[in-house]
Amino acid sequence: MSSLASRLNFAQYQRVLGVIGLLLVLVGLLAYSHPNSLQNENLNNLARRIGERGIITIGVGLVILTGGIDLSIGSVVCLSGVSFGLFLEAGWSPMVASVVVLVGSSLIGFSQGLLITKLRLQPFIVTLCGLFLWRGLAKFLTQVRFDKVGQWIGGSLPEGEAIFRDACRDVGVGGRQDLSGFFQLETGHFLGLPMPAWILLAVALMSWILVHATTHGRYMLAIGFNEKSAKYSGINTDAYKILAYTLCAALSGLFGLLFLMDVGTASPNTAGNFYELYAITGAVLGGCSLRGGEGTVIGMVLGTAVLPLLQNLVNFAGVPSDLEFSVIGLALLGGTLFDELLRRLNGSSRSG
Amino acid sequence: MSKAVSQPALWAKGVSKRYAGVQALDGVSVEFFPGEVVAIIGENGAGKSTLMKILSGVVQPDEGKLFLDGEEVNFPGPRDAMAKGISLIHQELNLAENLSIADNLYLGREIRWAGPLGLIDHAATRKGAAGLLSTVGLRLDPGTLVGQLSPGQKQLVEIARSLSLTARFLIMDEPTSSLTQKETDQLEAVVRELKSNGVCVIYITHRLAEVRRMADRVVGLRDGKNAGSLDQNQISHDSLIKLMVGREIKPPSHSEQVVTSSKAVLRLEDLRYAQSPLPGISLEVKSGEILGMAGLMGAGRTELSECVFGLRKRVGGKVILNGSELPANDVRSSIKQGMALVPEDRRGHGLLLETGVGYNLSLPNLDWLNWFGVVRPGSERRMVGEQIKNMGVKTTNASKPVGMLSGGNQQKVVLGKWLARQPKLLILDEPTRGVDVGAREEIYRIMRALAANGIGILMISSDMEEVLSVSDRILVMHEGALSGELHRNQFSEEAVMSLATGKPAEEKTADHIGYGRG
Repeated sequence: MSSLASRLNFAQYQRVLGVIGLLLVLVGLLAYSHPNSLQNENLNNLARRIGERGIITIGVGLVILTGGIDLSIGSVVCLSGVSFGLFLEAGWSPMVASVVVLVGSSLIGFSQGLLITKLRLQPFIVTLCGLFLWRGLAKFLTQVRFDKVGQWIGGSLPEGEAIFRDACRDVGVGGRQDLSGFFQLETGHFLGLPMPAWILLAVALMSWILVHATTHGRYMLAIGFNEKSAKYSGINTDAYKILAYTLCAALSGLFGLLFLMDVGTASPNTAGNFYELYAITGAVLGGCSLRGGEGTVIGMVLGTAVLPLLQNLVNFAGVPSDLEFSVIGLALLGGTLFDELLRRLNGSSRSG
Repeated sequence: MSKAVSQPALWAKGVSKRYAGVQALDGVSVEFFPGEVVAIIGENGAGKSTLMKILSGVVQPDEGKLFLDGEEVNFPGPRDAMAKGISLIHQELNLAENLSIADNLYLGREIRWAGPLGLIDHAATRKGAAGLLSTVGLRLDPGTLVGQLSPGQKQLVEIARSLSLTARFLIMDEPTSSLTQKETDQLEAVVRELKSNGVCVIYITHRLAEVRRMADRVVGLRDGKNAGSLDQNQISHDSLIKLMVGREIKPPSHSEQVVTSSKAVLRLEDLRYAQSPLPGISLEVKSGEILGMAGLMGAGRTELSECVFGLRKRVGGKVILNGSELPANDVRSSIKQGMALVPEDRRGHGLLLETGVGYNLSLPNLDWLNWFGVVRPGSERRMVGEQIKNMGVKTTNASKPVGMLSGGNQQKVVLGKWLARQPKLLILDEPTRGVDVGAREEIYRIMRALAANGIGILMISSDMEEVLSVSDRILVMHEGALSGELHRNQFSEEAVMSLATGKPAEEKTADHIGYGRG
């Protein structure tokens, strides 16, 4: 990275250090809470969780850098997981199925980006529509219809005896031995680390190069800071915004694939629920400003780690799991307050 | 004048203020008397705004005291100052756009019906508002939404609000910077009226012509210190400039001889954008020429420049740069072919304020500062360093956020980012608005050097002095169309003004009707 850019991001690195501090505290608390918490199995699970979630944090982070937001992530995760499962049920090769899912989810992001740029609709609204639309589509794809006496009359082929009428069903490929080879991409290990962690490292490395080393990343940040100025400097702002939404949806699609491979089933009702919010939380904790322009890929990865660690801590410390969401809310609030405190101490609040 | 009063009504004695290590004010003393108009002048960053904020209780001084009618006073907040009759009208107006004029005038102290519910008495509010509006000469329905008003009308509403607080001291921070001439006239009339009623009006402005017309006394600030003051009979253009910059600056004299080739850098043929009148604009900018574009605000000059650059949709006509026709609505190809636009709204359209100087300078140059898409840090640093040096940008380092620089240095950054591309045609929209006198001279010098190197410059300016002294040729626009062309031997304020207003010359001089100056 050029020295210009790195000095520019001084405040950013301060925030990164803050997240690292927070993570160290969480790991310390975790070690203190239960002797088993730092054992291999738990650490493996954590690495897998962080690896998966980090992918969508980076996805939404790219959008946030350009000053936008994507609320459709959870639903895109759901739709891709469900359709991946359906393709596999239909006997497609997992390679073909995953490529189709990735292309399809990219198209979702591309279309949302088109609506946001060419029709100048608000990102919040467009992706909120996406949140409903894509999950609805997932439910429709897995819909099962019965007549009054419980006879199957249409829709997706039920697996075993379904008891619901006009309901959607979970897609499951858990027991399929023929798929276990491909599923190693999720369930396997390499050099002691679970595969999702490696996938995240690869995604993070590519994103880091994109955001911090290439002209394209510069342009995306410029758009986030001041879209008008970027436009007056001859930057094709629409193209870069569409790119961000497309990459975000593609990464959500990738997450959907991993989700199905990990769990073995994908429920159109619950798969990916709240994941856009986890992703946004991770990005914000990692130093992305929702006003755009500010943020680092390293911060996004580190910010991702906070929530899984916190959830893990809640489990091990014996906190009632019903309080999990409240703990997350408090952590985010605490992080925001801490950040504001730093800002005031520095006297460098971002003024217009 | 009320100078005869022995004791100043408001007196700031040795006030100092530091912001995050920067000494904004350093032991400044000023006195104000009832019934006078005091202009505060100084370059950007001289401490004018800080002084006004201290007087009105927005910030508190680190050192020094305030006296009101001979007694020491402390203003912990603006409300305390207002209670003593001191009102500040901010540069950025503080009106709620979605409320009516009447509601704004009584915001926070609504007229209520008697009774426990505290319902607002709309009839009384409207009546009171109508009275206040008439004192500032605004003939508007008090029920009008503030968002629908022009900047000048908003300014007058702000003044009306201050008056309703029975202000004795009215502080205005650059009140006319966004006003039309008519609105400026109206504002000046209101100020005179206030003055005759014994109100002291304290006035920050960059427009020297206004100071000459309005001020009874001028107080100059320089680098946070008192730079001296002028009484009414001492006020002149030269003395004002000397007070501001501390040295004499000769009015920009035109370069000795103009070497304008006949080769056209830019040719517009019947160029039209949405809502532009028919026929479209046809003009030529020649190599080595500074073509001034004069006209009133809203004459369509900015729209034209944006259309030429490709930012505004072109509906017809041709843009020919260096002999080749440019595609419509394509900023990037305009830039690639050698066009550059320094926009009117520097902060909103020209810069990324929160990012560093270097980051801003390299932004439009990244297309040649990369290796397969990866930014080349070394080349970038070199280019940034060169432009900071060439433009004379005063900054501690290349990563200092550009928003922290003065207006003049910000403008040099905008110029620098385009000049690094060595453009063939440079469009400058209000190149020195909000730029202090010293930096202004430097910008003119840069422009002349560019022209001498054969670059064509199209300069849009509402500053009469600038148009007349910097241009080699002047085109005047009126209501979206070219209304005339002036060559050097035809240059005069009267000629420009009459073309700008679309009328034949009249007796009123440009200065008199408030065409921005200084």
